[in-house]
Amino acid sequence: MSEETVSITIDGVEIEATPGQTILQAADAAGIYIPRLCAHPELEAFGACRVCTVKVNGRPQAACTTPVAKGMMVENDTSELLEYRRSLIEMLFVEGNHFCMFCERSGNCELQALAYRFGITAPRHDYQYPVRTLDGSHPEVFIDRNRCILCGRCVRASRDVDGKHVFDFVGRGHEKRIWIDAEARLADTPLKGEDRAVSVCPVGAILRKGTAYRDPIGRRAYDHRPIGSDIEACRPAEKKG
Amino acid sequence: MAVTQTVEQPASRRIVIEPVTRVEGHGKVTILLDEQDRVKQARLHIVEFRGFERYIRGRPYWEAPVLVQRLCGICPVSHHLAAAKAMDQIVGVDTLPPTAEKMRRLMHYGQMLQSHALHFFHLVSPDLLFGFDADPAVRNIIGVARKFPDLAVQGVMLRKYGQEIIKATAGKKIHGTGAIPGGINKNLSVEERDGFLKDLDQIFTWARDALKIARDYSMDHLKELADFGSFDSNHLSLIRADGAMDLYHGGLRAIDAKGKRIFDHVDYRHYLNYIAEEVKPWSYMKFPFIKALGPEKGWYRVGPLARLNTADFIDTPEAEAARQEFMTLTKGKPNNITMAYHWARMIELLHSVEKIRDLLHDPDLQGTDLVARGERRPVGIGLIEAPRGTLFHHYEVDDNDQIVRCNLIVSTTNNNMPMNRAVEKVARDFLEKVEITEGLLNRIEVAIRAYDPCLSCATHAMGRMPLEVEIVGADGRLRARGGKGVEIR
Ligand code: FES
Repeated sequence: MSEETVSITIDGVEIEATPGQTILQAADAAGIYIPRLCAHPELEAFGACRVCTVKVNGRPQAACTTPVAKGMMVENDTSELLEYRRSLIEMLFVEGNHFCMFCERSGNCELQALAYRFGITAPRHDYQYPVRTLDGSHPEVFIDRNRCILCGRCVRASRDVDGKHVFDFVGRGHEKRIWIDAEARLADTPLKGEDRAVSVCPVGAILRKGTAYRDPIGRRAYDHRPIGSDIEACRPAEKKG
Repeated sequence: MAVTQTVEQPASRRIVIEPVTRVEGHGKVTILLDEQDRVKQARLHIVEFRGFERYIRGRPYWEAPVLVQRLCGICPVSHHLAAAKAMDQIVGVDTLPPTAEKMRRLMHYGQMLQSHALHFFHLVSPDLLFGFDADPAVRNIIGVARKFPDLAVQGVMLRKYGQEIIKATAGKKIHGTGAIPGGINKNLSVEERDGFLKDLDQIFTWARDALKIARDYSMDHLKELADFGSFDSNHLSLIRADGAMDLYHGGLRAIDAKGKRIFDHVDYRHYLNYIAEEVKPWSYMKFPFIKALGPEKGWYRVGPLARLNTADFIDTPEAEAARQEFMTLTKGKPNNITMAYHWARMIELLHSVEKIRDLLHDPDLQGTDLVARGERRPVGIGLIEAPRGTLFHHYEVDDNDQIVRCNLIVSTTNNNMPMNRAVEKVARDFLEKVEITEGLLNRIEVAIRAYDPCLSCATHAMGRMPLEVEIVGADGRLRARGGKGVEIR
């Protein structure tokens, strides 16, 4: 390799990483899937959802924000971390109103796909059934806040990719919400249907009108292969297993 | 097993006035007597599930065809398609691309096949094969499977074929997503088509056999069936422009018990000018009626029997031959025999198989033009002939693409008054003393079942419906009570 690399170990497998990469990026490049929700390859890391939590030299860290360092010992695929991630996903399900059975994102939804990957059938916590609002005012985009998981992808994409700053967070903690930079309606923002802020939504919260259910069941992203299998498919043969 | 008891203590009038205070889907019959202890009226109480109309408010319109399937576990495709037809209106599409309409039709005939097969083989055949009074321990699908194993297998296989068609068109056997506003999301691949064609001959044989069982049974027992739970009524269905039976689309036709047209080829988007719903204090399920005739005379039947009566002809040869034979029974006049539903249902089953064959041979199913778009409209009304009868979906959508109002009239609601009449007739004919016998309970059950009530979508309950029968005297006192579990769906 022309660049200088550092080696780190993930679950006992030694991989080469480029300095400046995050653990998540290095793992992706090596074909090792670390589950994630708020991270997106085109967006700056944010560290909000904690689904990517790994143990670095024994301490929990977000893989999407932690840069690689020489000799790091990373734990990823352990029953302890799996359990931790499962409960995070379960919390997301009960904190919103996620009805996969009729959601147009079903089969293409990253939250649902993670639940399937983790073998979650029903959450162990009580559903909170929060009251959330919808915004259908925009001619090309529909917002259903029932399904927002506060990953902030839209905030970053609008600001950094679209250069518009249409979305932002308001409130704190339990009250935290994604808001838009207009008094009340999405229609009053400069948002366009083709904006990246729309298509990066991992769930069914920001929807492009006119696209619902266009992918037949059987041809949706996660109908046949679990989320992360595209990354795992890139794993060099000698490092498999 | 039936449990009957005579009630010693007088009970209050409240029981009659507010009968459905128990579990949802608790089917209850109240038989009201006159001073001479003769049957004055029978009331079938069903809790109608209306929560959906509220729930869907605010949802984006394109969700409705998928969401609404949750109303019913057994005919979700009918709701899916009726809502999709309403949403075609919302997106301003009056004519779908041929591939889209034919895929939807294929889905619909698949649904008709699986629903009719399930009803006939699973729920009805035990009554027909063992007799209404046979021990309930034998008179069930397990009993049929023991004594007539081939028949039970045929029922399962016919149903499976229908379900596979649903899967190929909607994506899943239940709760698929195929129909979208203005079209469909997939076509039928050549491999899928060839898979269905391979089994078609066998399916035809079984469908013909099923029709023969229903027909022979009806002819052999004509004397006892003709009057069983029967009464004169109007009949309503969609009808094709040329008068052919059309289970997917058409104008509304209503005829009276003698066959006189009440209205014909009515654009169903104007149904509110012709149909209204009456609320009765003792029932949560409404009573639809033809406005011009009023609630007393305007109620009507829907479903297979009504469709056979309204149609001028069927456009597939085998079902048409069967229809002609069926109609000779009543000399071409409408058939008002409750138990004739079963025969009519099997004619439709064969018709559906013929339609499936014709569609499978149609190259349009491999077309790629799947969705049309037009000018947005505020109101969408979609009707379809569901397995148990005309199904109405009506939505209003605001400028934000959100549903602001929804009204559904499900098939079972359309048949509400007819089911009451059927129970009343049975009570008149079979109530000998003020006593609820097993024979009476069985007969009430058989009469209700002829209408294939989808109590699960009218009431949102599934499984075994506890059927409870009460006899109430002219003074309002409870005179007897009895009950049993009845298979519903
Ligand atoms: S993906 Fe790392 S915190 Fe969300």
